[in-house]
Amino acid sequence: MATVIIPTPLRKFTNNTAKLDISAGTVEEALLDLSANYPDLKKHLFDEGGQIRTFLNIFIGEDDIRDLQEGKTPLQPGTVVSIVPAIAGGV
Amino acid sequence: MPSHKEIQFSKPELARYNRHIIIPEFGLEAQQKLKAAKVLVIGSGGLGSPVLLYLAAAGVGTIGIVDFDRVDDSNLQRQVLFGVESVGQPKVEAAKRRLEALNPHIEIKVYDTLINSQNALDIIKDYDVVADGTDNFPTRYLVNDACVLLGKTNVYASIFQFEGQVSVFNYRNAAGELGPNYRDLYPTPPPPGLVPSCAEGGVLGVLPGIIGSMQASEVIKVITGVGEPLSGRFFIFDALNFETRTFKIKRRDDNPINGKNPTITQLIDYEMFCGMKVVERSVKEITVQEFLQWQTLGEKYQLIDVREPHEYEAANIGAELIPLATVAANAARFEKDVKVVVHCRSGVRSAKAIRELEDKFGFDNLYNLKGGILAYLEEAQPELAKS
Repeated sequence: MATVIIPTPLRKFTNNTAKLDISAGTVEEALLDLSANYPDLKKHLFDEGGQIRTFLNIFIGEDDIRDLQEGKTPLQPGTVVSIVPAIAGGV
Repeated sequence: MPSHKEIQFSKPELARYNRHIIIPEFGLEAQQKLKAAKVLVIGSGGLGSPVLLYLAAAGVGTIGIVDFDRVDDSNLQRQVLFGVESVGQPKVEAAKRRLEALNPHIEIKVYDTLINSQNALDIIKDYDVVADGTDNFPTRYLVNDACVLLGKTNVYASIFQFEGQVSVFNYRNAAGELGPNYRDLYPTPPPPGLVPSCAEGGVLGVLPGIIGSMQASEVIKVITGVGEPLSGRFFIFDALNFETRTFKIKRRDDNPINGKNPTITQLIDYEMFCGMKVVERSVKEITVQEFLQWQTLGEKYQLIDVREPHEYEAANIGAELIPLATVAANAARFEKDVKVVVHCRSGVRSAKAIRELEDKFGFDNLYNLKGGILAYLEEAQPELAKS
């Protein structure tokens, strides 16, 4: 079981759930699993070509999956997956 | 930065900064560096308020403020720089007055303007450090790129509802190594509409106070060299469950501004980059004057109003009502062999309606009434336009 942390702007698609435990082998599988459970979330996670959106950063623990194996990065039990979208607010 | 070692302090300044100077790791030298420093704060709103207050209090010698906005009632819930007496005033002016009252030993420069690709380099070039507290993606990328092109450190913070982000971008450490920038973290912005702004999504008033204070703290660390700036790291805070996380971030070879093969060598059109300028095909237009002439000359035409029924009821010019959302379903009601003039309130919805009809049904006889019913009433029935 890995824990996925949903950021504030996407919680409206997960019934305001901030943390979800997911059994998945890789990051991509975890995100697909999330999309299956919360269909409205899908277009926020993946682009039309099925790639993880580039204004989303996914971190495994402290590390950016772009420095690991991207979507294929394996998840260990207890891994914390953080989805961190770009936000621009300041005023 | 001019040499800080020559910086002198008056007695009142020494008294004011005493609690800094007595910190062993900080001392007089760090205070001298603060006084010698020039910091540009872009945006004097939620984040800018604490950043400006703390940097001014801390004794940053020159502070620039960029903001084009005026103080509004809805700002006061979080923009603690301003009070009721400032409502309606330019933010930079109100901010300057407040900061000068807080610390008369520093210089405040103001730029009552919207920062853009034309003026950004010119404004930023005279400063040592930038603190970005703006509120939209085009400006975020603009400030980032300008800082990279000019070699300035950009202390970044951003907020949304209960969540904040902080990082230090484009920071060169003592060993000369350059840290990542915003484009390394987020190569592209979200498409417009996918991520709401604070104006749409709201923000907890105290959140910019928390996040902006961290931003100010990073600015002070960057200037003084005290501690380890948040470069190569990305901090996020969720006030709802009081969780903080700090991630590692790195420079990327494919960064278009300073990766292996940079493609951005000057500032670009950031609204375009962020997909906010949708280039829409123009439609045929008719001015009110021309339309009135048609009427005088007895030209045959059909007139369609695409506004909502309640608007039509309030005022109409005898057109057939087909609200925009129902235009495609009612395409058969549009004549094909005479000219059709389509209008709405000001001309935006009618242009949409025309594009849709042209695209889906191949109409080529549709004319958008320029300026809509507003322009028509102004021109033809001024007594009605005022009501």
